[in-house]
Amino acid sequence: MEMDTISAISTPMGEGAIGIVRISGDDAIQLADNLFKGKRPLAEAETHTINYGHIKDPDTGDIVEEVMVSVLKAPRTYTKENMVEINCHGGLTSVNRVLQLVLNEGARLAEPGEFTKRAFLNGRIDLSQAEGVIDLIRAKTDRAMNVAMNQVEGKLSQRIQKLRQALLETVAHVEVNIDYPEYDAEEMTLEILQEKGSFVKKEIDRLLQTAQQGKILREGLSTVIIGRPNVGKSSLLNSLVQENKAIVTDIPGTTRDVIEEYVNVRGVPLRLLDTAGIRETEDVVERLGVERSRKVINSAELVLLVLNNNEPLTEADEELFKLSEGHDVITIVNKTDLEEKINLNRVRKLAGNRPVVATSLLKDEGVDELEEAIRELFFEGDLETGDMSYVSNSRHIALLNQAKKTIDDALGAMEAGMPVDMVQIDITKAWELLGEVIGDSVSESLIDQLFSQFCLGK
Amino acid sequence: MMSYNGGKFDVIVIGAGHAGVEAGLAAARMGADTLMLTLNLDAVAYMPCNPSVGGPAKGIVVREIDALGGEMARNIDKTHIQMRMLNTGKGPAVRALRAQADKFTYQHEMKQTIEDTENLLLRQGMVEKLIVEDGQIQGVITQTGAEYYAKTVVVTTGTYLRGKVILGDLSYESGPNNMQPSVNLSYHLQELGFDMVRFKTGTPPRVNGQTIDYDQTEIQPGDDVPRAFSYETTKYITDQLPCWLTYTNAETHELINGNLSRSPMYSGMIEGTGPRYCPSIEDKIVRFNDKPRHQIFLEPEGRNTKEVYVQGLSTSLPEDVQHSILKTIPGLQNVRMMRPGYAIEYDAIVPTQLWPSLETKKIEGLFTAGQINGTSGYEEAAGQGLMAGINAARKVQGEEPLILDRSEAYIGVLIDDLITKGTNEPYRLLTSRAEYRLLLRHDNADLRLTEKGYEIGLISEDRYNSFTDKKAKIAAEIKRLEKTIIKVSDDAQKIVEEAGSAPMKEAVSAALLLKRPEITYDHVARLTEPEEELEADVKEQVEIQVKYEGYISKQLEQVERLKKMENKKLPEDLDYMAINGIATEARQKLAEVRPLSIAQASRVSGVNPSDVSVLLVYMEQGQLQKVKQA
Repeated sequence: MEMDTISAISTPMGEGAIGIVRISGDDAIQLADNLFKGKRPLAEAETHTINYGHIKDPDTGDIVEEVMVSVLKAPRTYTKENMVEINCHGGLTSVNRVLQLVLNEGARLAEPGEFTKRAFLNGRIDLSQAEGVIDLIRAKTDRAMNVAMNQVEGKLSQRIQKLRQALLETVAHVEVNIDYPEYDAEEMTLEILQEKGSFVKKEIDRLLQTAQQGKILREGLSTVIIGRPNVGKSSLLNSLVQENKAIVTDIPGTTRDVIEEYVNVRGVPLRLLDTAGIRETEDVVERLGVERSRKVINSAELVLLVLNNNEPLTEADEELFKLSEGHDVITIVNKTDLEEKINLNRVRKLAGNRPVVATSLLKDEGVDELEEAIRELFFEGDLETGDMSYVSNSRHIALLNQAKKTIDDALGAMEAGMPVDMVQIDITKAWELLGEVIGDSVSESLIDQLFSQFCLGK
Repeated sequence: MMSYNGGKFDVIVIGAGHAGVEAGLAAARMGADTLMLTLNLDAVAYMPCNPSVGGPAKGIVVREIDALGGEMARNIDKTHIQMRMLNTGKGPAVRALRAQADKFTYQHEMKQTIEDTENLLLRQGMVEKLIVEDGQIQGVITQTGAEYYAKTVVVTTGTYLRGKVILGDLSYESGPNNMQPSVNLSYHLQELGFDMVRFKTGTPPRVNGQTIDYDQTEIQPGDDVPRAFSYETTKYITDQLPCWLTYTNAETHELINGNLSRSPMYSGMIEGTGPRYCPSIEDKIVRFNDKPRHQIFLEPEGRNTKEVYVQGLSTSLPEDVQHSILKTIPGLQNVRMMRPGYAIEYDAIVPTQLWPSLETKKIEGLFTAGQINGTSGYEEAAGQGLMAGINAARKVQGEEPLILDRSEAYIGVLIDDLITKGTNEPYRLLTSRAEYRLLLRHDNADLRLTEKGYEIGLISEDRYNSFTDKKAKIAAEIKRLEKTIIKVSDDAQKIVEEAGSAPMKEAVSAALLLKRPEITYDHVARLTEPEEELEADVKEQVEIQVKYEGYISKQLEQVERLKKMENKKLPEDLDYMAINGIATEARQKLAEVRPLSIAQASRVSGVNPSDVSVLLVYMEQGQLQKVKQA
């Protein structure tokens, strides 16, 4: 129990002109400085000032967001601790991204009401509210415990338990070498440790990928339909929308060309982009030109490239293949009801190992295959919708990222030739971080493991 | 029994085992008039089990005892038959020294030291009762009717409290090795209201070394380099005796399996809880039945005896089975057993009844230390004995107790674990129990604790001066290495290559160069010589502190955060039942443990963060005073 540094989004969820990420705690300013790029570091800023600059991803160096940052130094702040408020552009994605970076730097996601609790604990709020705050703390833990209970039963928890067990056995092995140096257990070598570390890191990566999938489930997979005029883009759009009951979003204040439509294809929510463009006359799309197409494609996670079975491949078709390189692409060869004039071998070659589906949208043929291809692409075959466990909680994502970073530290230390017992400090840390994800406490489990795994004694 | 007044003292220590001798010596050396009572004067500092001192974690405790001015390190330095540094292939945090003791000279040497100590009276006598008035200790009464009075009393009764030896289907009341048990004191402690638990431990058979065929075993010699536990030791023992290693086999295991029905462990005769880390051979074979063999170390018990301790063969199987088991083991086919192994049960008090000073909460002025507190091991006992002795003397002198925290010493980890979490088996220290083990090293015990030892008056002026001198040298040399730039030169590249490290690309500070895993202090010193040649232990400190600076500072940051919570003090007479919002289980636990700080409260099992938050709320609102017990 310590007053660590906490952070949360402090503006209401939803669309707004700005969003604020708030940080409170001893390390608030230093932590924000790790991400902030401005005229001068925040640490040098006067208290109660607002500072213009950018938030950068410390791993990649990429600029993530243009921001105004308030610096509020203890004790004259809401919580009586150092506080930083990062004002971002509105919209959940950008605020979330900034929060994620803050959590990656080591802040803990604040519980609901925790800023107020801090304010109270630090003596800023009036004495008469004591009972109320205690109720709040109590009620919150009970809720948190419910959540924890649900998660304990979940798949996520099982997968993390498995990883923790792998780490625990490794740590216990190192410990037995330390505490019982003469015991005839195989010496835990850096090689074995390296192997285990890499394995766990890979598994954490996979979990974080499910986080990506979880995000897609919530926000939709951005999808664009491209193709030359008259190949059947509108038919495809209508087919997907009719069959899957699209929800047309018409965000006020936006121009028509970003209108999106959501459809749910076999459990995969597609967010169809630029549907306005497709619905307009064909020449509009042509008017958009290559630059516009590139832009649309780049904003999408999935590209549906439509070709005409009844015509030979054109330069424009090949150009679209080129533009969509590096994206998930499904190639649709439409109009199979007409004579095959397209060079299918060439199409397959251009598509490479990405799926190609033949359809006749006019006769409603091949749509099933297309939908199946979309489903497979998303779920990659090894995860089933039914029992998928998504990491979706920001706190979990941050903990997993920290665990991954800790394992990286351990792997780095191994590379540098640090002794096993030093490397093990980080491995143990990773094990604890994973424990925090599932709310498991540390306590005696290592010592229990030691004595159940090895036969020790005098 | 006619009673008589035996006299008045400042401190009385009951028991003269490893806890008792440290308690008595510390108290007397701090100027307290001290009486040490023991059942049998021939059992002072007796080693009823393995003839060794130290090892991982435990060896560091011995160093800590020495840095605080205790005796164990000096005594073993004078009386060992071999010494080894363990874990030399690993990092500095886990290196540890272990000595094989000559258990007889160990005792004699310790007894002599006690006899030579001013203010300390060693006397034979069995304490049966404590004299308590108004919750305050007044003194003790012995079996022979002597009433001794004192301001503080330290109880260190080891495994003697209602001790019971079990061997096959034979069992009888006894202390270790057929010593007289202490029965009445245990019942008396229960009458005084102490919660007691029953623990069990065991010991292997001893055999005659002349009947061992050592050719069938592997030799385990001591280190060639002279070693010592104490920072004061200057005379080293060079004439060392080896130990020997052999193994059990399928025949041994079959024999034991066939006789399990005769084992008291499996017939339900033993009620005490045994330690997991010290299973009997029958336990090992049942629990790890896929292991084809177990190690057996043959350890001489001394220079002037032929008795050899058969480590790894702790057992309570009947004596005839023990004879047969020994004969299945390579090297022991013709061995003559001299004493059988046995299990022993004894009473201990539930250690959550103690303050961090090791004073009991129930009776003011009464301290307990060692196995009575639920631990196991000579070193764990000695560490507690020293702290109890120091604090008993300080109480007499009207001083605040000396309390070591988890970041300062293994002794601190040990005591905090005991009094905060309790234990449901005999407690043994392990390096993994320490969160900050990189700070709690073998090599820096003096840097951590000499200051404290000096302040309480157990470290001499001379020793303190040489300590501050060493500290200054270390700091100066680290500073020098940080400031000295090593340029890329043929000389430098040659040394770097010789060390097996990658060639230098640019000029770096000597400290940065030393951070490379392959580079040692001596490599760096060849490139930039210090003004005067430094002592080996100074060089070692410089190397460790520079090389592992990254890890060390990480742990220091954690310690900083811990200290903040340690500094939030809780009153000892808090009425937890009157605090709203703490969960029922946590409330009971807190009321039992009565933690002295928020940090300690958060370590009590069953107390979760929200309970701690509630405590913080009360504390910050200044309301804790209102809920103190009436």
